[in-house]
Amino acid sequence: MKETIKIVSVLTIVCILCAFLLAFVNNAARGQIASNDTKKIEDAIGKLAPLFKKTEKLNIAGEEIYKLFDAKGEVLGYAFLAKGDGYQGVIKVLAVINPQIDKLEGIEIIESVETPGLGARIKEDFFRNQFKNLKVSVPIECVKENITQDNQIKAISSATISSKSLVNILNKKISELKKQLANQ
Amino acid sequence: MGRQNLMTEFIKGLWKDHPLMRQLLGMCSTLAITTTVINGISMGLGVTFVIVSTSFFVSIIRKIVPPQVRIAVYAAIIATFVTIVDIFFKANFPKISEALGPYVPLIIVNCIVLGRCEAFACKNGIWASVWDGLGMGLGYTWVLIVLGTIRELLGSGTILGKTIMPSVYNPLVVMVLPAGAFLLLGFLLALMNRLEQKKQVS
Repeated sequence: MKETIKIVSVLTIVCILCAFLLAFVNNAARGQIASNDTKKIEDAIGKLAPLFKKTEKLNIAGEEIYKLFDAKGEVLGYAFLAKGDGYQGVIKVLAVINPQIDKLEGIEIIESVETPGLGARIKEDFFRNQFKNLKVSVPIECVKENITQDNQIKAISSATISSKSLVNILNKKISELKKQLANQ
Repeated sequence: MGRQNLMTEFIKGLWKDHPLMRQLLGMCSTLAITTTVINGISMGLGVTFVIVSTSFFVSIIRKIVPPQVRIAVYAAIIATFVTIVDIFFKANFPKISEALGPYVPLIIVNCIVLGRCEAFACKNGIWASVWDGLGMGLGYTWVLIVLGTIRELLGSGTILGKTIMPSVYNPLVVMVLPAGAFLLLGFLLALMNRLEQKKQVS
C-alpha cells in the first residue's frame, strides 16, 4: 500500500510540474506564434495581390476568407485557404480570386510534402503561373497534353497526381466559396 | 567525480560510443531530416538540448522515482522538453519549424534520449549525466551536419541555401530522397568502421 502511494504521488507530482512548465512556455510564446502565422499568410497574399493594403477577415461557417482592399478602399478580390490530400500528405494552398469569383489572381503553396523533384514542383513558378488569370467560372481542368481552353492547366509530367490533387482542392473550395459569398 | 572523468563522459559520445554510428539509435529522424545543412544543425541542437535537460532532471530525481514507473516519468520529462523545443522553433524560427515538420515532436520517441536516461542518467551523478548528454547530443549533431552537407551539396547544389555547384551541375535528386540518405549513411558507417579497424590493428 505504501509503495502504491509512493508510485502514484511521484508520477502525479512530475506530471503537474511538467504541465506548469509547459503552460508557462506556451503562454510566453503564443503571441509570437500567432503573429508568425498571420505574417506568413499576409506575405503570401502580398505576392499574389501586390496592390492590397488592407484585409478584412470574413468568418463564414468557421472558415477564414480574407476580403482584400486596395489603397482607395476598392475591393481587389478574396483570398482563401484551401487544403486537401495530395500524393503524400496534405497540400495547403492560398489563392486569390477576383471580386466576380470567375478568375484566379494566383496561388501560393503554403504547406506540402510532395516528392522532391517531382510533385514538389507544384511550388515552382512555371507551374503556379498557370493559375494566374485562370478562368474558374467552370471547374479547372488538369490536362496532360496541350492546353486548348482557358480553364485548363498542364499537369507536371510524372507528377500528375500532385497536379490533379491541387486542382481538385481548388475546384472544391471555389464552388463552396461561390455559395458562401452568394449568401452574404 | 574528477574533471578527468567528466571529460571522458563527454568525449565518448563524440566517437567511441557515438549514438548513431556505434549504437545505431535515432536512425529515423537522421534519415528524414538531413536534406539540408540548416535542418541538421537545428535538429541536432534541439536534440542536444532535450538530452542534456532530461539527463539533468532524471539524475536529480533518480533516487526518489520508484522503478516501476521510471519509464513513465522519463517519458513525461522528455515530452515536456521536446514540446518546449517545438514551441521555441515555432515562435522564433518558423521556417525551420516548417522544414522539420513532425520530426521535432517525434524527438519524444527518439531512442537516444530515452536510452541515455535509462543507461546513464538514472545511475550517475548530475554533472556526469549532463556531460554525457552533451557529448551524445553533439555527437548526433556532427553526423547530422555531415550528412546534411553532403546531401544538400549533391542533391540541390547548395550549402546553407547558397549555390555552390556550377550551373551546369545537374542535382542528384536521389540524394534528397530517403534512398540517398540510406546510401550515404551506409557509406559513412563503413568508413567509420574502417577507421576504427585500422586503429585497432596499428
